[in-house]
Amino acid sequence: MLAFIIRRVLQMVPTVIGAILLLFVLFNLFGGDPANILVGKIQDPEKIAAIRASLGLDQPWWIQLWLFFKQVITFDFGNSWSTNEPVSQLIAHRAPVSMTIMLQVWLLDALIAVSLAMAVAYRRGSLTDRAIMGICTAAMSISLLLYVVVGQYVLGFKLDLFPVLGWSDSFVTNVVRYAPLPVMLLLAVSVAPSLRLYRSFIVEETNQDYTRTARAKGAGEHRVMFVHVLRNATIPIATYMAMQVPQLFVGSFLIEKVFSIPGLGQEIVESVMRSDFPVIKAITISIVILTMVINLVVDLLYKALDPRVELK
Amino acid sequence: MTTMTEKVSPGFWRAAGKRLWADKLARGCLFILAVYFVLALASTMGWLAKDWNKQVAVSWAAPTMVGKQQQDSHGFKVEVIAPDAEARALDPLTPFEAELTAAAKAYQQEAVVLADTLPLGADKVGRDIGSKVIKAAQTSITVGLLAALLSVAIGTVFGAVGGYFGGRLGDALEWLYSVFTSMPYILLVLAFASVLGGGVHTVILVLGFTGWTGTYRLIRSEYIKQRSRDYVLAASAIGASDARKMFLHILPNVSHLILVQLSQDVVNFIKAEVILSFLGFGVPVEAISWGIMINEVMPELVLGKWWQLATVATVMSLFVVAFGLFTDQLRDALDPKASRR
Repeated sequence: MLAFIIRRVLQMVPTVIGAILLLFVLFNLFGGDPANILVGKIQDPEKIAAIRASLGLDQPWWIQLWLFFKQVITFDFGNSWSTNEPVSQLIAHRAPVSMTIMLQVWLLDALIAVSLAMAVAYRRGSLTDRAIMGICTAAMSISLLLYVVVGQYVLGFKLDLFPVLGWSDSFVTNVVRYAPLPVMLLLAVSVAPSLRLYRSFIVEETNQDYTRTARAKGAGEHRVMFVHVLRNATIPIATYMAMQVPQLFVGSFLIEKVFSIPGLGQEIVESVMRSDFPVIKAITISIVILTMVINLVVDLLYKALDPRVELK
Repeated sequence: MTTMTEKVSPGFWRAAGKRLWADKLARGCLFILAVYFVLALASTMGWLAKDWNKQVAVSWAAPTMVGKQQQDSHGFKVEVIAPDAEARALDPLTPFEAELTAAAKAYQQEAVVLADTLPLGADKVGRDIGSKVIKAAQTSITVGLLAALLSVAIGTVFGAVGGYFGGRLGDALEWLYSVFTSMPYILLVLAFASVLGGGVHTVILVLGFTGWTGTYRLIRSEYIKQRSRDYVLAASAIGASDARKMFLHILPNVSHLILVQLSQDVVNFIKAEVILSFLGFGVPVEAISWGIMINEVMPELVLGKWWQLATVATVMSLFVVAFGLFTDQLRDALDPKASRR
């Protein structure tokens, strides 16, 4: 177990180094001189020189690369160029906001998609099955942007069922008042692909020999579907859900922008607008590392879900 | 000749084409897509929607179906005041009035007749939404197609090289793949976009450079499968070069997968372009795309001007749904063994 974890952590190293190199090449070599970007805000050439020195920009590129490595290793990404707020503090403030929305979407999506997938997989080939699958194809094709624009206008503005946009400092108010509409709109887009995928997982399990055996030995339909089939289908479903976890921290850029939700997604969009490179670099690299840690945890979870799995 | 063709079994592409054509849904989708491509082409050639940027109607002219809108004067009365002698005496321009009127005559004024209604209505500055949506379709479809071609080209070459040679080179490409897939897609796109800046060309490059990973995975696994097949060994035996085996022998055998991937990518990239443009990192505002149109729509809706949204939503969704369904049918026709999700 420990050997497995150590080996996996060592395997992460090349990818993280690659991500660092990619970001470095993008922002430090192609991104242009940040002093030129800052010059719009600051006039004094001496100050610019001071900023360049403090960012290490007067150093040759290998020193700059080393500085970036050091930032990643120490998790100290310096300050934002525009607000001068420490980037780590910024992430700590913004990520929970995104998660308030995304965690609900993630859980509800799983709940709705798994129960619907069980229902349609059980009746596969029937009219209900084909109708739901058809709706899924159509729902998947329509852009999230349209759901957001129309949903905000009709449900928020016209019918006044939800606030059009906004966010507060109170967690409860956010969940009760501001989150429901964004959550609903995100679900409208996310349920269809998950449902289609989960249905195929469950259909595959229902075709297995063990399902027939379970029926043959007289297990009730409920027992067959929920104990035998669902237990086995959990593994691919969990994998798919785990793949979405990094997204939970970043949030949905579109939703956060349209509904003025001060999450990490909105912060990224704003940083890109302002060419605030330290923020983009820091958030991206943190998400990369987070994704890999989560993948590791998921692999460990497999062991719990499926005792047949051997960790190599 | 006829007796010959009866005996010869149809080639792969012909058989796939027949399978595709036999399906009513696929035929319908193909027809819809053909209409879009013809419109986009006509707009590219300048036969259509050339004047999309001109004011041809009053601000927010309603669709003909809805009828002429009452121009909203917000309850203010408009009065034309004729200046009296006292006011004229105060006006410093009075002595030059005759001169100014004469000088103004030198410029011919064209009376622009602004329509009160248009078939699909007009936007804030009185541009015809019909032409606008065609021009936007041209941009969005061009971006989707070119970005998909670029990403599939990159993915295919990387996949072919990685799968065929394997070894160190393959490992290096695998590493590149793991780096590109280690960050969420939208974050990667935005990172590229923030560095490369805006513009239609950059959107194509950004989407192409970031979207190749799916094709790479697919083509790589195919090449690994194909490289030890008999026909490749036979080609080696007669001394075919690596490049020849990779691109003349193996590539035709995986080209149907590439076509499906291309079709899939076009849909995805059009959707990505719409969202990128909406967020402000895509097509510049002077150009027009479906994403920019939707961006314009949000303040209009509050004023009750729904027609631009209705048009762009219908046009865009029809295209994307038709293309998505067509991709599914194409996959079934070209790759009958693949299970559908």
